[in-house]
Amino acid sequence: MTITEKILAAHCGKKEVSAGELINAKVDLILANDITAPIAIQEFKKTGAKDVFDKNRVAFIPDHFAPQKDIKAAEQCKMLRDFSKEYHLGLYFEVGRMGVEHALLPEQGLVGPGDLVIGADSHTCTYGALGAFATGVGSTDVAAAMATGECWFKVPESMKFIYYGKLNKWVGGKDLILHTIGDIGVDGALYMAMELEGEAIRNLPMYGRLTMCNMAIEAGGKNGIIMPDAITEEYVKGRAKRPYKFYTSDADAKYVEIREYDCSKIPLTVSCPHLPSNTKPATELSHITIDQVVIGSCTNGRLEDLREAAQIIKGRKVNPNVRMIVIPATQQIYKDAMKEGLLDIFIDAEAVVSTPTCGPCLGGHMGILAKGERALATTNRNFVGRMGHPESEVYLSNPAVATASAVLGRIGVPEELGL
Amino acid sequence: MLLKGKVWRFGDDIDTDAIIPARYLNTSDPKELARHVMEDADKDFPNKIQAGDIIVAGKNFGCGSSREHAPIAIKAAGIQAVIAKSFARIFYRNSFNIGLPIFESPDASERIKEGDIIEIDADKGVIKNLSAEEQYDAKPIPSFMQELIIAGGLIKWTKKKIKGAAK
Repeated sequence: MTITEKILAAHCGKKEVSAGELINAKVDLILANDITAPIAIQEFKKTGAKDVFDKNRVAFIPDHFAPQKDIKAAEQCKMLRDFSKEYHLGLYFEVGRMGVEHALLPEQGLVGPGDLVIGADSHTCTYGALGAFATGVGSTDVAAAMATGECWFKVPESMKFIYYGKLNKWVGGKDLILHTIGDIGVDGALYMAMELEGEAIRNLPMYGRLTMCNMAIEAGGKNGIIMPDAITEEYVKGRAKRPYKFYTSDADAKYVEIREYDCSKIPLTVSCPHLPSNTKPATELSHITIDQVVIGSCTNGRLEDLREAAQIIKGRKVNPNVRMIVIPATQQIYKDAMKEGLLDIFIDAEAVVSTPTCGPCLGGHMGILAKGERALATTNRNFVGRMGHPESEVYLSNPAVATASAVLGRIGVPEELGL
Repeated sequence: MLLKGKVWRFGDDIDTDAIIPARYLNTSDPKELARHVMEDADKDFPNKIQAGDIIVAGKNFGCGSSREHAPIAIKAAGIQAVIAKSFARIFYRNSFNIGLPIFESPDASERIKEGDIIEIDADKGVIKNLSAEEQYDAKPIPSFMQELIIAGGLIKWTKKKIKGAAK
């Protein structure tokens, strides 16, 4: 069996499951945010359940339009707050304690290896980086699971992606996953588990792994997953709030397809409008001028991402034609970045530093684009209108490329700054 | 169940931001969402559709976000059904969960044109194109999904389960 099959089997009380099988499985954690929880709350109340299945396994995180951007958003956030009080939820994260959900939950040790996690947010697949099965579902699925602690799944087929060799300078998890999506397309892994492995993955730090699994959905995947190892152990020990278990794929596990990549040939990669699969080497896009750069989101808002950005912009200034917005993904990251002096570096460079929020990634607030404007962002989607006006454009890259571009005023690479 | 209506055509990879842009997600009121359905794919769409119309699209319809607001907006706008070559998986789940009939049919996706009048026999999984006098098969609905439909959706199915457990 694959690691995905083993985790699913363990959660439905079976010794074995195989691709295509429908199962009803127990979930370890359920999450929803200020956009998806309101519908989940309404639907949960219709189930007739007297209580949630476990007060410490339902996480409500207002992060999308929080801090509350307008009256309607405030009403939605209030629904989460009221419900959390009424049902005494142990995992409600108020503004000031919250962060971008997929950065917050791993950081706080609330998701761990071997877990089965569902979330009413498509980027729930992030936690596969820890060796968990995690997938995005809708609000109604969350409502039913809040009542029963269970969710139905079709066991997915698995695709294996093997990354050989060493990464080029400034190339990170973001480039590997954008390159992969560019290779297989936005439905290249539709309904499938994307298992990532190889030398480059074994050497990839946890933040890079989280970035890669985060974007499995951008290839249509049900989940992204990496077999846990010493790097995983190092990350989860001291954080994990629950016991965890390492699962690994068997040597004879079945894969519908195996794709292999030579990392020495993977360049700094940018996704052009309007699909994440529309990738090009960053060096081929130096004619593209930009109006805004966003460093943040569940994809690239972690401390190491901010360090990378700070390393590039230290002693430099944001181009006068560009607005640079830096969004640490959690309160802890914000605080650590402050202690390390990263926030000083950003502010001295004339970038803006925001409190944690998903904000501009989905065109919510904190950096919306006007008609005809163009952004380079470390976020995960560049669909039409994603960051604002339907006639604006979003390009996607890693934090190093985005920051170098903020200085240059156009898409560029750190090398152009002598780095 | 027979679903008959006029077709609006869309291409491949219609994402959930095109179906319902996030700037409108500060509410989950179906009527308000319906006013902006498919707006970023075709800004006149909410005004030109009539109750009972059907969307026919290419591959990977509904890719992107997990927002249930997407199928809700389509349903609340009066669109009876969506046919596509393939659906993104969360959109697929969500549609069944909220009761929006969707059908996977590569043939129908390729052959049906905008403005065609079609009739879907949901039980048999057959799509008739009355304008072109053609017929296409839809992929069968998995048996568990059929069980959900018969129960009246996931919430009613769950409600029954909870009641059963209480007894």
